Amino acid sequence: MKLLEKLMKDRLAAASLAVVAATLLIGLCAPLVAPHPPNEANMELRFAGASWTYWLGNDHLGRCILSRLIYGIRPSVLWVLAALGAAACFGAALGFIAGYFRGRIDAVLMRICDVMLSFPGYVMTLAIVGMLGAGLTNILLAFVVMKWAWFARVIRTTVMQYADADYVKFAKVLGIGHLGIMKRHIALAALPEISVIASSSFGSMILQISGLSFLGLGIEAPHAEWGMMMNEARSVMFTRPELMLAPGLAIIVVVSAVNFLSDALQKVLDPKLAVSGKRASVRIGGMLRGLRKKEAA
Amino acid sequence: MLKVEGVSKSYRRNGWLGGERQQVLRQVHLEWNRGESLGIIGESGSGKSTLGRLLLGIEKPDQGSVTWNGRPVTDRRVRRGTISAVFQDYTSSIHPFYTVRQALLEPLKLVGGQPDTKDMGKLLRQVGLDESYMDKYPHELSGGEAQRVCIARAVSSAPQCILLDEAISSLDGSVQMQVLELLKQLKESSGMGYIFITHDIQAAAFLCDRIMIVCSGEIVETVATPQLRHVQSEYAKELLRKVIS
Repeated sequence: MKLLEKLMKDRLAAASLAVVAATLLIGLCAPLVAPHPPNEANMELRFAGASWTYWLGNDHLGRCILSRLIYGIRPSVLWVLAALGAAACFGAALGFIAGYFRGRIDAVLMRICDVMLSFPGYVMTLAIVGMLGAGLTNILLAFVVMKWAWFARVIRTTVMQYADADYVKFAKVLGIGHLGIMKRHIALAALPEISVIASSSFGSMILQISGLSFLGLGIEAPHAEWGMMMNEARSVMFTRPELMLAPGLAIIVVVSAVNFLSDALQKVLDPKLAVSGKRASVRIGGMLRGLRKKEAA
Repeated sequence: MLKVEGVSKSYRRNGWLGGERQQVLRQVHLEWNRGESLGIIGESGSGKSTLGRLLLGIEKPDQGSVTWNGRPVTDRRVRRGTISAVFQDYTSSIHPFYTVRQALLEPLKLVGGQPDTKDMGKLLRQVGLDESYMDKYPHELSGGEAQRVCIARAVSSAPQCILLDEAISSLDGSVQMQVLELLKQLKESSGMGYIFITHDIQAAAFLCDRIMIVCSGEIVETVATPQLRHVQSEYAKELLRKVIS
């Protein structure tokens, strides 16, 4: 609750949180929120403009754009979040083990990561999708396979930095167990950095899945997905740009909100950044007051 | 009593895959008795800090044993409430997300205490700080203040021995003297002992009853502080000559 209170003090963070939370909620409750079935074709309404019944108009098959946008949250955001969670949890667990215990286990795990990271990510994702076939499940699987090593590598570096700190040595002297140290002393301190890493990945994964769907390798028709909706609107890009703008803007808004939220989360979680943020706002406030006084004079 | 018997320690030069090992400590023997202040001095790279980590039980020796009343210090139940530590880098000695209150609470809770604000206030006053520091984060403290909090934290579990690993090296001259005075005063009032790892002979002579000189991973000489001028080994003589000149 304290965290939420602190987040709410930052307007941009509060707005970003509202956007992310609303997106997730709308995605989860899509059947209740969507005004029409997303796959219901109506050729009479082909490329129809916005109306009171169809707020964002209709696509090339006369399907409701708004409903498809709402249902599109599920593969574009919710499933990406699940894949990110799986990759981040697996990578974080291995990164923690490697960074904390070092030695042989670190050397072995990092060599495996080196091998995984030596493949170009996007090409490997395409290769996995090519081997297993197009479809959301295969893309998400490819994401987990390709991303865990990156998470493990980055989190291991962060953990190493804290595992060497004198306060961790002191905790060891006190007789706190490895799990306790990892949980209370390292995970807590590394959390701001991990949240930034994870959220930046979230943004890039949303863009990637939309990109793959745009190329026709993602979710299969007739299911709705933001990248696929953009692909379908490609042919009428200049005559009906709003068909492409709706999913495009949705991607931009969600990815930006996630990025802003992660920055704010880092500031809130790290007391050092919180203090410097306060100082900066005090300094800016002081400067503004000074400028106003000058203007008044 | 803390006893070190025939301890040797080496590390691989280039990580786990690097073949060559560098010997850091060779056949070290030492004894620390209750209430005593033992200084371990030597130049950088002589193996003092490695010896410190072995004494604290946070690393295992390749050979030999480190025991507290006959039980190995690597067993964390043996260390709990008996040994504590103050390290050199005060900037990383306190959890960056903990306030002074949380930092002091941790050891107190571990030894089974039910600490309240009064107890923590008393601890802070003991080290020359007051209750206003209770809700401060480490980055809001000066070097001297942070090191005082570290000392209060080390003292809080009422250990019999505190290992000070270069605990004053990164402080200003005047603050170094204040911290040394504080440590001396705490020793007199509580009866606990220190193992003071430092490269500063004068500081060791001020605080310790006995001084052990380490060179290239071996103990060259052990001498009572009043006899420091009469060291026998050439290395110890050279070290003293550097300080006097």
